[in-house]
Amino acid sequence: MDKLLNDFSFGLFFWQILLFVGLLLLLRKFAWKPILEAVNNREEGIKNALESAEEARKEMQNLQADNERILNEARAERDGMLKEARQLKENMITDAKSEAQAEADKIVAQAQATIESEKKAAIADLKSQVAGLSVEIAEKVVRKELADKDKQLELVESMLGDVTLN
Amino acid sequence: MHRNLGTEILRVMQNRTVVKILLIFTLAFATSNLFAKESKKEGNEGEGDLKTEIKEFIDHHLQDSHDFTLFSDKEANKHYGFPLPVILWDNGLKLFSSSKFHHGETVAEVDGNYYKLYHSKIYKTDASGTINYDEDHHATNTKPLDFSITKNVVSILLIGLLMFFMFSRLAKSYKKNNGIPTGVGRFLEPLVLFVRDEIAIPNIGEKNYKRYMSFLLTVFFFIWLLNLLGMTPLAVNVTGNIAVTFALALITFLITNLTANKNYWGHIFWMPGVPTFMKVVLAPIELLGVFIKPFSLMIRLYANMTAGHVVIMSIIGMMFLFKSWIGSPLSFGLSFALSILELLVAALQAYIFTMLSALYFGMATEEAHH
Repeated sequence: MDKLLNDFSFGLFFWQILLFVGLLLLLRKFAWKPILEAVNNREEGIKNALESAEEARKEMQNLQADNERILNEARAERDGMLKEARQLKENMITDAKSEAQAEADKIVAQAQATIESEKKAAIADLKSQVAGLSVEIAEKVVRKELADKDKQLELVESMLGDVTLN
Repeated sequence: MHRNLGTEILRVMQNRTVVKILLIFTLAFATSNLFAKESKKEGNEGEGDLKTEIKEFIDHHLQDSHDFTLFSDKEANKHYGFPLPVILWDNGLKLFSSSKFHHGETVAEVDGNYYKLYHSKIYKTDASGTINYDEDHHATNTKPLDFSITKNVVSILLIGLLMFFMFSRLAKSYKKNNGIPTGVGRFLEPLVLFVRDEIAIPNIGEKNYKRYMSFLLTVFFFIWLLNLLGMTPLAVNVTGNIAVTFALALITFLITNLTANKNYWGHIFWMPGVPTFMKVVLAPIELLGVFIKPFSLMIRLYANMTAGHVVIMSIIGMMFLFKSWIGSPLSFGLSFALSILELLVAALQAYIFTMLSALYFGMATEEAHH
C-alpha cells in the first residue's frame, strides 16, 4: 500500500482524467452517436423490411384466399346456372311432350268423331241402299214368283246369301 | 444487493492476480536457489549483479518515465529514444525538456531552481543535486507538482488519437455507404455491437442503457488498446499504473452515484424487506460497498496488468540468468506462451472493467420491483 501511494502520480492522474474525458466527449460527438444511430437505423430498417415482407406475405395469402373464394363462388354459380338450364330444358321437353300428347289426343278424338259420323252416315246410306235393294229384290222375287215358284225361292236364297256375305 | 459486498471481495480474492503472485514467488524462489548453488560452485559475483539489474529493469519498466526510451546500451551508457516535455508547478509554471535530466544523471537548472530525477520522480534539490533520506531510505526533498507529459501521457494521447481516427472513420463510412461499414469498420462494428449487446443491455437494461454507451465504449476500447500497447516492445505500462486505474475507477464511481435513482439509495441506507435492526446494521456495510466496488475495479486492473508485465519480464530475464541450452529455450517457450495468455488477458480485463461498470450502472438505475 505504501508503494502504491508512493507510485501514485498526481500529474498522470490529472492528464488521464483530462484526456479520457476529452476523448469521451469527442468520441461521443463524432463516433459513438453516429455509429449507434446508424446501426439502430439499419436494425430498424431490417426489422421494418421483415415486417412489411411478412405483411405482404399475409396480404398475398389473403388475396389468394379471396381468389379461391371468388373462383369457388363462380364455379358454384356456373353449376347452379347449368343445373337451372338443364331443369329448364327438361321442363320444356316435358311441357312440349304433354302439349303434343294433348294435341295428338285431340286430333285422334276428332278423327274418331269424324270416323264415327262417317260410319253413321255410311251405315245410314247402307241401310237406305239395303232397303232399296231389298225392295228391288222383293220386286224381282215377286216377279219370278210369278214365273216359277221354285226358281223364285232359289233366287231369294242366293240373293240372301250374297247379302250376308256382303 | 446485500450480497454484492461479499461477491466483490470474493471476486478480488479469486482473481488471477493471486495465481500470478504465487507464480512470481515460486519463480523467485526457484531462481534464487539456483543462484545460491551456482555462486557456491563458481563464486561468481557477476550473476548476482545481473539479477539485481533485471529486478531494477523490471521496476523501472513498471514505472512511468519522463522520456521515451526505446532501448539503451548500458556499456556505452547510451539511451535511444526521445525526450518529453517536463511541466512543473513550483511557484510558477516551469516548462523544459526532459533531456536536461540526462536520465537522472545530472541536475536540471531552471529559473534558478534545481531539479533532479530520482527513481522516476522529480525532486527539488540544491545545485549539486543532493537527495536527503529519512530512516526508511525515502527521499525527503520537496516534490514540485509534476504535470509532465510523461511516457504514459504520450501513450494515452497516442491511443486517444488512434481511437478517434478509427471510430470517426467508422462513423463516416456509414454515411458514405448507406448504413453499411466498409474496410476496418467491418471488424470494429461487431466489437461496438458486442459492448452494446453483451455488456450494456444485459446489465443495464433496454430502458436506460443508451446514456451509458459512450462511457462503456470509450473505456472498453481505451483499456483494451492500452493493454495491447503494453504488450508491444515499446514497453509502456499505462493500465498497470495506479493513477490511471484510479482515474478510470473514479469516473465509474462518479457516473454510478450521480445517475443513481431513489431506489438505489434506498437499498443502501434503508434496506427494504428486513427488520429495522438489520437496516441499521446493513447501512454502513452497504455504504462501504459503494466505495469498495470502484476500488476493486481500480485494484483489479492495476494488479492484473502489473502482474502480467512482471511475470513476462521475469521469465524473459531468466533467459539471461540460465545461460544454458535447456533453461533459456524453456524460459523462451514459457514467455512466449505467457505472452499469448497476456493477449487474452488484455481483452479480458477490458471486458471485466466495462462489464462491472455496466453492472454498477445497472444497479444504480434499477427500478423498485417489490
